[in-house]
Parts: sequence; C-alpha cells; structure tokens
Amino acid sequence: MSTDTPSFLDRYPEDAAIVRQAFLVSFVALGLGALFGIVQALHRTNILRIIQSADYYTALTAHGVLLVIVFTIFFLVGVYHWAITRSLERTPANRTFTKAWLGLMSLGSGIAGVTILLGFVPQIDISADVLFTFYAPLQAHPLFYAGLTVFIIGTWLAGADWFRTYLQWRRDNSGERIPLQAFMVLTTMVMWYIATIGVAVSVLFFLLPWSLGLIDSVNPLLTRTLFWFFGHPVVYFWLLPAYLLWYTVMPKIAGGRLFSDPLARVVFVLFVLLSTPVGIHHQYVDPGIAEGFKFIAMTNTMFLLLPSFLTAFTVVASIEHGARQRGGTGLLGWLRALPWRDPAFTGMALAGLMFAAGGFSGMINAGMNINYLVHNTLWVPGHFHLTVGTAVALTFMAGTYWLWPQLTNREIYSRPIALGQVVLWFGGMALMSNAMHVSGLFGIPRRTAEPQYTGFEFETAFGSVGELNIQLALGGTLLFISTLLFLGNLALSLDMPKTSGMGQTLPPALSGPTDSPRVLDNLKLWTAIALVLVVLAYVLPLGAIIADGGLLGSGGDAYPALVAHGLAVLPEAAGEAVARLLGVIP
Amino acid sequence: MHIHRYEKLWFGLSLLLIVGFVATVTFGAVGAGIKMVDDSGGTVDVDKIAGGNYEDANFAEPGVRQVDSGEYEAYVVARRFAFQPDPIVVPENSTVTFYVTSPDVVHGFEVVGTNANTMAIPGQVAEITVEVGEPREYGIVCHEYCGSGHHDMEGLLRVVPQDEFDGGSQ
Repeated sequence: MSTDTPSFLDRYPEDAAIVRQAFLVSFVALGLGALFGIVQALHRTNILRIIQSADYYTALTAHGVLLVIVFTIFFLVGVYHWAITRSLERTPANRTFTKAWLGLMSLGSGIAGVTILLGFVPQIDISADVLFTFYAPLQAHPLFYAGLTVFIIGTWLAGADWFRTYLQWRRDNSGERIPLQAFMVLTTMVMWYIATIGVAVSVLFFLLPWSLGLIDSVNPLLTRTLFWFFGHPVVYFWLLPAYLLWYTVMPKIAGGRLFSDPLARVVFVLFVLLSTPVGIHHQYVDPGIAEGFKFIAMTNTMFLLLPSFLTAFTVVASIEHGARQRGGTGLLGWLRALPWRDPAFTGMALAGLMFAAGGFSGMINAGMNINYLVHNTLWVPGHFHLTVGTAVALTFMAGTYWLWPQLTNREIYSRPIALGQVVLWFGGMALMSNAMHVSGLFGIPRRTAEPQYTGFEFETAFGSVGELNIQLALGGTLLFISTLLFLGNLALSLDMPKTSGMGQTLPPALSGPTDSPRVLDNLKLWTAIALVLVVLAYVLPLGAIIADGGLLGSGGDAYPALVAHGLAVLPEAAGEAVARLLGVIP
Repeated sequence: MHIHRYEKLWFGLSLLLIVGFVATVTFGAVGAGIKMVDDSGGTVDVDKIAGGNYEDANFAEPGVRQVDSGEYEAYVVARRFAFQPDPIVVPENSTVTFYVTSPDVVHGFEVVGTNANTMAIPGQVAEITVEVGEPREYGIVCHEYCGSGHHDMEGLLRVVPQDEFDGGSQ
C-alpha cells in the first residue's frame, strides 16, 4: 500500500497529533461503553447478572453517554480536523486555541463521565443516573450538567477554529469553490450550532440552576422538548462524519472516485435545513403538544429521507464506477471486483447496508400513528443500533483502518484481524438488532433492567422470549469481542515500525463542484433558512408549553432529591470524586 | 447543474415514496381516525396530585367510571413504581378513555401488545381513547426509566364480561 505521497503526519505533524489525541479519547470511550453494553445485554436477558438491577441504570447512562457523546463526537472532531486541514491545505491560525477546545472537550467529558460512574459507589452521594436523555425531574449531580456544558463549549470552539481556518483560506482564494470536505465540515457545524441552542438553554437556564438549588422546580415537558430540539439533530452530528467518509474516502478505496460533487453538497445543505425542525417526532405520544405540531415534525422527518436516498444513489454509483475501473463487468458482476479484502472498504460497505435497514425501521418510528405500537419498546434501540451503532460506529472503525497509518506512518498490525472484526460487528449486530426489533413488536420495553413481570407474560407471535433473549445476548457478545479486536489491533499497531509512503490522495469527483450552482456554497443563506424553519417548527409549541405549564412548572420534587449541594461543596466533591475514582477504576 | 438521468429518476422516485409515506400517515390520522395524544388532557398541579388532592387538581380519584352507554373513563396515576388503580378493570366491547398523569417523574404507560401507549409527564394529562374487545387480561408496563425500581413498575388491565363489571370506580 506504499505510495509516493507524503502522509498527513509528514505534512501536518502537529495536526496529526491533534487528530490522534481526539481518536484516543474516542476509543477509550468506545472500550468502556462496549463493556457496559455487554453487561446490559447479558443482564436484561437474564443470562448473567453481575450487577444489581438498580445499578443497571448507571451502566445504561454510562453506555449511552460514553458512546453517543464521547466516542462519536471525539471521532468527529478528529476526522473533521483532518478533513479541514487537508482539504484547505492549511493549519490552524493559533495552535493554542486548537489545544484549548480539545482540552475543554476532554475536561467536560471527564467530569460528566466520572459523575456518572460514581453512581456505582454508594458511599459517595454523587450520581447521574439520568440516562442519555436526562429527563427532569430525574436529577443528576450539578457536576454532570457542568461537565456537559464544558464539553459543548469545547465543540463550539472547535467549529470556530475550523471557520477561522476557512475564512483565512477564503481571503487567499476568493472566487474559488469551497473544497468538498471543508464544505461538509462547515455545514455540519452550522447544523450543530443551531441544534445545541436547545440543550444549552435547557441546561444553563433550567437544569443546572435547578440542580444547584437556585430554582425550585422545572417544567418537565419544556426541558424534555428542549432536549429533543437537540436530540434529533445530534444523530446527524454522528452520521455526517460517516457520510464524509462514504462520499470522499470510500469511492477512492473502491478504486474510483465520487460520482457527483454537487449532489453531495445538496445532501449536506438538506441536513442543515431539516435536521432540527423534526425533534418533536420523539414526542409523538407526549401529552401537552398539539397534534398539528406533531404532524409538521412528521412531514419534515419524512423529507429527511431524501438526503439519505440521494446518498444511497451517489455512494453506490461511485463504488460501481470504482469496481468497473478495476475491471468489473456485468449488471451485478462488478460487485465481485470490489476490494472485499480491505477492511476499510468492507466495513464501510457493511455499515452502509445496515444503514439501509435502519432507515426502514426509522420510517416506522417516523410514522406518527404506527409509532404507537413501537414507542419506547426495545424496537427503538434495535433501530438506533443499526444507525448510530453500525452505520456510524462501523464506518468510524473502518475509516480508522484507512486513516490511522496516515496519522502515524505505521501500518495496521493485522489487516486480516481487521477484516474479521468488521464482519463480526455486522454479524453480531444483525443478531442483536433483529432480536431487539422483534422483542419490541411484542411490547417488551426498552431501558429496563429486568423485563420479566410477575402479573403477565409477553405473548410472541412466533418463537419465544427466551429465544429472542439468547439471540440478543449472543449478538451483544459478538459485538463486544469485535470491539476488543478493534482496540487490540490498534494498540498493537502502535508498535509497528515507522514506514514512509503512507500518504493517500483523494481523487476529484467525476462531476466536479463547477457543475453546481454557486448558491450551494452560500452558507449564510442556508443558515438563515434553517433558522426560519426552526422558528416555524418550535416557537408555537414551546410557547404553548410555557403558557400551559409555566416556565418552571407547577412544583414537584427532584429525584433523587440530592442533599442541598451548594456551589461551595463542588470543589470538595470533585476532589473526593477523583480520589475515590483512582481506587475504583483500574 | 448536470444531473445524471438515472439520478433524476431516483430523485423522482424518492420524492414519490416520501409523499406516499406522508399520505399514508395522513390517511391514518384523518381517514382511519387515529388521533395522536395531544394537549386535550390539559395540565394539573403536580403537588396536588402527589398529595392525593385529585379534585383540587381537576383530575379524578384513580379508577374507572361509566360516562355513557358503552363508554368509560379510566383515571390513572403512574407513580414510582406502580400504577393506580391496579388492576384497571373495564367491561368487554367498550370504549375506554384513559387519563394518565404522574406525580413525580416521567413514566410510560403501555398496554402490552396493543397500541395503547403514551407518556405520563408530571403536570400534564395524557388522554387516549381505545376500543376494548373480548374479555382477557393485558399487562401494563412503564416503558420510561423512572428510577432504580423502574423494572418493578407494572400493572394489569382486565377486560371482564359485562355482568362481572361492578359498574363503577374501584
């Protein structure tokens, strides 16, 4: 695989270090998250219970936050920092600033992560057993909300850093089209800035002051709605780095190049416009929100299928082009000419295939009325383990096999193990996700430590709950083994000899950017339209929620009601937390 | 902008599919009359519900009442970690409207194996109307994490023959 091209490490050594550090945090979170994942898979299926059922929810919170906040977003900042640097051929104006945002993100994740894990230590009155959604009046320790805030500020600064690099590039290249990867980075960050307004308002104005005792109560429907304002677009924040890899890297690995640069831009613009005004589709069965608002969210959600359909076409067409370049022929015979022995290619291809399946179960969720049948059942985690759990996670792992040598000038330790790893992930997820979907159809709830009830039994249309449980646990075990293989292979790669010629180039698209209208690059225009759509989708429902239930709700307690923590005890608590943690976590 | 003709075709078919999905859901809402849980249940004072002052809170004592011929209403409180009343008893072949609220945290209310499924949010009343058929029992589960005893939160919906239904609240 040696080339004459200098690698990313050769060209931008300091930026390669930033990307590696982001990946390091990401992969530590992946390992911990996977550990909690297998604990749950075996626990809820009653195959092996090594923790108390009350602690299941601490494990579930850690699994969710570590995987969908830390693993995904640290990978995103790594891959985006690589993409913006290589596509604009520019390094950040101020390296300290770059290190500052990575540091803030790491600090925030560390604080939130430790706060969650302290839920396992009953002697310390600190916990955040609130799951990834942290619905009030469930209350976490203030450190959880504070950590989350610091983390999100870090991501905002990362975006600012990349926009600054872009503006400097623009000064020297007025009139040029934004390079595709840079365009993808910038549009994703526009979406992120809009999306995080919801969670920022929820945490800073309501949840953090409430956890500090500064306000007595919150309006649970309001903070919940603000969460989903953020909670749906965040799924595209996970997905778009995978799209960047599918559009810009995968065609190259397949032996060809991207079919259409203009369509790729259209897809990212559609995500900027439609990602946020859909969050209410997570609240189809919430009281207090009028049906009309749910209908608008449903319609917008269905139109969000469009960019993914376009992606399916463009990516498959690009791969087919690659296969034909490699000598593939025939209507479907070209499939045989693809580089199936390359773990980077096979991983991304399998991830894309599973994303199609996840798209179909997502359409069921999005179907407002049929959603009644599956809402909050195990069907829903079945769905998102196909999307974020495979389309995103498997693409990230596959992308790592391609990118890591360019960041380190070292080969991957074992490509056969890597190939086995991605196939194992696909097989494990096929079993686990299938069992989850089917269990959900029979009414088995999600987020439940022991879904075995005393007063009734679940009725299955075929098979048995026992069989489904075995399938789920087996799938979860294979996924855990796959994660270990990924992390182990990568760890062993650190010891590989330094090699030169690890660089890879990315060929231009068959249909280049000049084939598209310039308006596609007008980021201000798309931002303005996106904001208008958000206002249209959210002002009335939020106004109604506040008018009906009050800004701070109608009273009620916090659960668990924490002993009056004031600001004063925070440094002491943090110190104690760190001290205890050193003894708790190996 | 150059777009390949296959891509145009694909784009058109995708749009058609999306419009088809929206049309199907719209038919479900308008034609088949599947109403979404909405704001019709109104709001209640959380502290009053928690204190059991249901009348004060514009709610009702948890239980089942007949409101018309073949029509019943069931007031349900989902609390950590039980449903009130339990069991919920309704007569066969009737129309039942559930009013569900919570005095503490967010809960779920799912009649297992059916599409009677809603969130129970403190301060809000969820209203869902369902048709019940032949006598049988259904499990009810809380499907939203509500605390360390969440997995113990279950209830029962008993659909009984007309002559076994005692005609009023439990």
